[in-house]
Amino acid sequence: MKRQQTQKIATAVITTISIIVILPIIYVIGFLFYNGIGAISWEFISQPPRNGMTEGGLLPAILGTLFLTLGTAVAAIPLGIGAAIYLAEYAGDNRLTRLIRLAIVNLAGIPSIVYGLFGLGAFVLFLNFGTSILAGSLTLGLMTLPVLISTAEEAIRSVPSEFRTVSLSLGATRWQTIRHQVLPHALPGIITGIILGLSRAAGETAPILFTVAAFYLPELPNSIFDQTMALPYHLFVISTQVPGMPLQIQYGTALVLLLIVLSLTLVATVFRTIMRRRREW
Amino acid sequence: MTVKAPAPPKAQLPGWREKIIESLIRLSGISAVVIMALIFFFLLREGLPTLGEVSLADLFARRWYPIEDLYGILPLLAGSFLVTVGAVLIAVPLGLVTAVYLGEMAPTWQREILKPIIEVLAGIPSIVLGFLGWVSLAPFIQKMGAATGLTAFSGSLILAYMALPTIISITEDALYVVPKEYRDGALALGATKWQTIWRVVLPAARSGIVIAVMLGIGRAIGETMAVLLVTGNAANLPPLDASIFFQPVRTLTATIAAEMGEVAQGSTHYHVLFGLGIILFLITFAINSLATWLVGKGSRGERKRK
Repeated sequence: MKRQQTQKIATAVITTISIIVILPIIYVIGFLFYNGIGAISWEFISQPPRNGMTEGGLLPAILGTLFLTLGTAVAAIPLGIGAAIYLAEYAGDNRLTRLIRLAIVNLAGIPSIVYGLFGLGAFVLFLNFGTSILAGSLTLGLMTLPVLISTAEEAIRSVPSEFRTVSLSLGATRWQTIRHQVLPHALPGIITGIILGLSRAAGETAPILFTVAAFYLPELPNSIFDQTMALPYHLFVISTQVPGMPLQIQYGTALVLLLIVLSLTLVATVFRTIMRRRREW
Repeated sequence: MTVKAPAPPKAQLPGWREKIIESLIRLSGISAVVIMALIFFFLLREGLPTLGEVSLADLFARRWYPIEDLYGILPLLAGSFLVTVGAVLIAVPLGLVTAVYLGEMAPTWQREILKPIIEVLAGIPSIVLGFLGWVSLAPFIQKMGAATGLTAFSGSLILAYMALPTIISITEDALYVVPKEYRDGALALGATKWQTIWRVVLPAARSGIVIAVMLGIGRAIGETMAVLLVTGNAANLPPLDASIFFQPVRTLTATIAAEMGEVAQGSTHYHVLFGLGIILFLITFAINSLATWLVGKGSRGERKRK
């Protein structure tokens, strides 16, 4: 029968295309591991780069990325959770709420390089923070905000409404209800969202190009007003700007960055799975 | 002697501390709007002076060569356009098919392997993909016979893979919300599984699919680092012939990233680069607002039907 043949052909084609989509992903990750694993040693992650970055390790870049990620967390978490609480618990179905949602969708869509421009114009120049960890963290923090708000709002909404009704009927105020009933139950979801958002921030290059990243700075920063090296920018520098760079160091750097970002993602995913299993409702 | 009424339980009325907390929450609620406005304001503040320094005719000229004060943005617009169109042509069919496979055909055990792989793809930093494109994809494309491996096509291919997770996951959601009755109805009338997907499920998920495609485009047009590494960064208008996708190009994003670091603050070049930022902001704003509007329209339609 002709219809059955079409069915068979369609199934075969769809399956083949899906495999074509998936295989390169596995290949690319395997390729990076294969070429980069040889560069990774204790020295590679515990020493500063030497000899025009062609020898030595990645320590200042790794620590710089760590500082920036922590700074991003400090900048984004309070605002993100506050906004999520507002949208989930306070906002009515009105024009202001729709405006806020439109703003969040658009913030999520703004290219990361435009965040970089904004950070340069607003933090580096206008507020005069200079190219610094402070300016870079704030820029990355704003970029992370929409992801954080969306995931936290979803986590707060997923807490059953009975929890609120019971708490309110026992005489608790709205905030007490949120603080003692809603937030504790939403916390696992919020934390997952935070880690996912931070993993994105840790791998970003464009927002830190003009706001914090140093080409080569083996000393560690002393304060939030100092510049720092950062792993994504370092990878960009050694793959395009430094002639005669040993390939193995390039692959190794890319692999270390990938491992940091993916392990954050993995932590978030595992945490989410465990917490979902434990959920009592 | 009057008897005092017992005071109402204190907890029910918010105290002053609570009022402060609640107003802080309200403030963070509107922060997204404020930040959006601030971003636009600072882009305008640094970018608008361009219009006083470069005439519109010079701005929409064919040559970008800042050292000689030539700020024609047409090659950059063409570069962004080409790379994005290429990415969409690759990513949309692949993304839709993969979403159909994952959502409608794949057995559960396959889905549980494939979905994390796609999540991993979404998590790979763009600079890492760009680096891999630079060291391995570009030489490969050159070996296949192109004059250089650093072309619009290389950029499109990498951007396509970066847009795929967005397109796949949103399309899958759109397929998921198609009511099961539609499928059951079609199958009961004797349609094959493929006919059901092609004639019933996909049309029903149409608006969600359009949104997936638009967000994918938004993602592709704003990508910076991967594009900077693999498109060759030649600010030329590509020739309108068969080789159009196999010429080096330079995008709006890559131009900002490559040149902002070496520019004197407050110079014309500096203002023009912020001007490019305004263009990118407006394009992505339009795409995302349109997608949001479509989402709203879709959900209102649902409600009416019920």
